[in-house]
Amino acid sequence: MYLARVIGRVVATHKYAGLGGVPLQWIQPLDEHGHDMGDALVACAAISSGPGDLVHFVDGREAALVCPETFVPVDASIIGYVEEAYANGKFIGREAAGAR
Amino acid sequence: MFLGEVVGTVVSPVQIPILDGQKLLLIRPITPDGRPTGKTRIGIDRAQAGVGDRVLVLDEGNGARQILGDPKGAVKTVIVGVVDFIERGGKLDYDSRERE
Repeated sequence: MYLARVIGRVVATHKYAGLGGVPLQWIQPLDEHGHDMGDALVACAAISSGPGDLVHFVDGREAALVCPETFVPVDASIIGYVEEAYANGKFIGREAAGAR
Repeated sequence: MFLGEVVGTVVSPVQIPILDGQKLLLIRPITPDGRPTGKTRIGIDRAQAGVGDRVLVLDEGNGARQILGDPKGAVKTVIVGVVDFIERGGKLDYDSRERE
């Protein structure tokens, strides 16, 4: 499970049948300083979220378990909205993270 | 499992139901002598850990689901222990009692 910032929305009209109605978000994983960590990726959203939001996501097989259909080709899912994260004496909030 | 250091806290008011009531902490993986390594993660605290503690972290879905008691939970990273000391080659690499 990792911290990330939603940086965009992905819309795919035609996708795997079991993924109908599942929103896709483009997210950038963050480290404990709120800086970018690794490459951005696309994740399914189990909770409502939008660009600029701080979220946490799970990767691997577990990601598919939050989709309405659990046997789907998914390897990352947003599982929570983060109001604030506090690390090294500093807040990593929605504002601090700098919405793009 | 890997060795990590708790570097911060995460407040998540909207999340998947299995995470309700669980404490989420930011964890930075470290080597036995304390150098940071790998990617910062968010873990569910099941060992009463706090910021600054060195912890034992499980990053695997099946074990995590067993600990939380839900065979369909989308969870992966769980703090399963607080490290007292690490001994390597007859020498203490880390001793939590020195912090007090």
